[in-house]
Amino acid sequence: MEYLVETKNITKRFGGLTAVNKVSFGVQAGEIVAVLGDNGAGKSTLIKMISGVHQPDGGQIFVQGKEVEIHSPMDALSMGIETIYQDLALAENMNVYSNIFLGREKTKKVLGLFNVMDSQYMFDESQGVLDKLNIQIPSLRNNVRTLSGGQRQAVAISRSIYWNAKFLIMDEPTAALGVAQQKLVLDLVKSLKDHGLGIIIISHQMHDVFAVADRIIVMRRGEKVGDLKKEGTNPDEVVNLIVGSESVV
Amino acid sequence: MTHTLSETIQGNRKLAFIARNWAAFFLLGFLILFSFTGKGFLSVTNFQNVGHLAVIAILMASAETFVIITSGIDLSIGFVMGFSSVTAGKIIQILYAAGGGISPGISIAIGIVIVLILSLIPGLVSGVLIARYKVPPFIATMGMWGITNGIALKICKGFPVATLPEVLTRIGNGYIIYIKPGGGISFFSLPHGVGNESIREYIRLIPYSFIFVGLILLVLWHLLRNTTFGQHTYAIGGNEEAAVRAGINVKLHLVKIYILSSFIAGLAGIFNVFQTGIGNFTPFGAMYELFAVSAVVIGGASLMGGKGSIFGSVIGVFLIAFLENGLLISGVVPFYRFIAVGLLLIIAVVIDQLFPDLL
Repeated sequence: MEYLVETKNITKRFGGLTAVNKVSFGVQAGEIVAVLGDNGAGKSTLIKMISGVHQPDGGQIFVQGKEVEIHSPMDALSMGIETIYQDLALAENMNVYSNIFLGREKTKKVLGLFNVMDSQYMFDESQGVLDKLNIQIPSLRNNVRTLSGGQRQAVAISRSIYWNAKFLIMDEPTAALGVAQQKLVLDLVKSLKDHGLGIIIISHQMHDVFAVADRIIVMRRGEKVGDLKKEGTNPDEVVNLIVGSESVV
Repeated sequence: MTHTLSETIQGNRKLAFIARNWAAFFLLGFLILFSFTGKGFLSVTNFQNVGHLAVIAILMASAETFVIITSGIDLSIGFVMGFSSVTAGKIIQILYAAGGGISPGISIAIGIVIVLILSLIPGLVSGVLIARYKVPPFIATMGMWGITNGIALKICKGFPVATLPEVLTRIGNGYIIYIKPGGGISFFSLPHGVGNESIREYIRLIPYSFIFVGLILLVLWHLLRNTTFGQHTYAIGGNEEAAVRAGINVKLHLVKIYILSSFIAGLAGIFNVFQTGIGNFTPFGAMYELFAVSAVVIGGASLMGGKGSIFGSVIGVFLIAFLENGLLISGVVPFYRFIAVGLLLIIAVVIDQLFPDLL
């Protein structure tokens, strides 16, 4: 099956340091791939080349089979690649539907003259996407500041879905969340598979990875040292790969 | 301790409502108090006077509201106003004195148009410095603070620009309705043949300045509240990084914000010419910008950005204005004004700390 997003021999150097060395991998639609590795293994750098933050020094990136160059996060967005950031790109002083429509507000003409925001439309559409994803938020008119960490993640994810993201990159989506909140986010991530999205998750939490991922990629010192189906592996093997006592490609 | 206290208060909806609108309740309280302590305080004439004299402060506070919501500050507005006032005065003076078929109306109109265009420049400069070159707003606008004041003083050579058409103050201090008790009503000016000396026999209602400032407030309120421009202003103040990631052109938006602020200060300068009939430079002790910032903060905005409203800022201005007026009428020495404004500011900040989730 064709990959939604694929890299071939992608490389990134920072001065004399090779942060990512000739890594090839792909993610299919409806697939969740976890990228694991110790600190400094090159996970974040790898991901940032796909989200447009870094530009690769070598290798190729393919989106839906076509080779692309991603120069900026805006480029990535226009290709349907959305990144859910750890620090959450939400304006906490604004309500839920305003955040979902931030930068892409729906307006209507009043008296044939003034462009005003169509709050009712934005409210209804936001409610629609939250319902579709089965996300419970007390009120969309509440400021994001009043929401829990998990709910904020959910809002950020809903925004991506509403704006037709095809590919989600999630950097430590459950870090800094309580247990119940983690479950909420993981359940949501799993449900996104059914909507045909490809998802990359970076996580330190082995439990999360085994709970949601279909495939696990292990990075060590900038290289891919493991590409395993979840069914064919176990946490011990993955840990061994991370710390470097064996290599399975 | 503070945390639990704020939680308790927030749990109580009535208390939260009062806290959210504390400035309005304080204003109401002061109005009632001064009605008892000050003779003539509670009268249409006095209220109209307070409003008329607050027009410039209202414009300044509205300008500052936009800037403060983006978590910036504009220190230059007081002197942009002075620059605009003396420049308008000078242009009108020259054209008016030149005669040669240029009517007072035309010379005033030319003065207004030129000055409104010029008033965009200080904001453009500070905006570009802030957005493009990452100069802190405090420093960038302080630069404009000095420059606009220097240019204003250079233009007027340190004296107010006088000998302007008399029609200016007739408009600037005019009313829509004039009523002589038991003697009939006239609109837009005193009845023909009645001189200014008998103006006190007339009840004057609805100053033109109210229409002027009302229209501007309506436009600014709409801009901030209902448009994407306003929405992006709040977003930048709430989380600039999020605004960038959402595809908002934050740099361009910030430039627009400082231009808008400067433009409103320019309007205030023009109003100043109509109100006083001369072009005034802004004296150093006037501190228009600091009173504007105070009013905006008292009106519910936070210098951290992301919150504030035109309505709140207007309440803030009136709270200060009526406090000053009420103390004066009640026979309290004027310097208590500063103490009162200081206390109100402290209350505003404490309430902002106790109720971070409001708005």
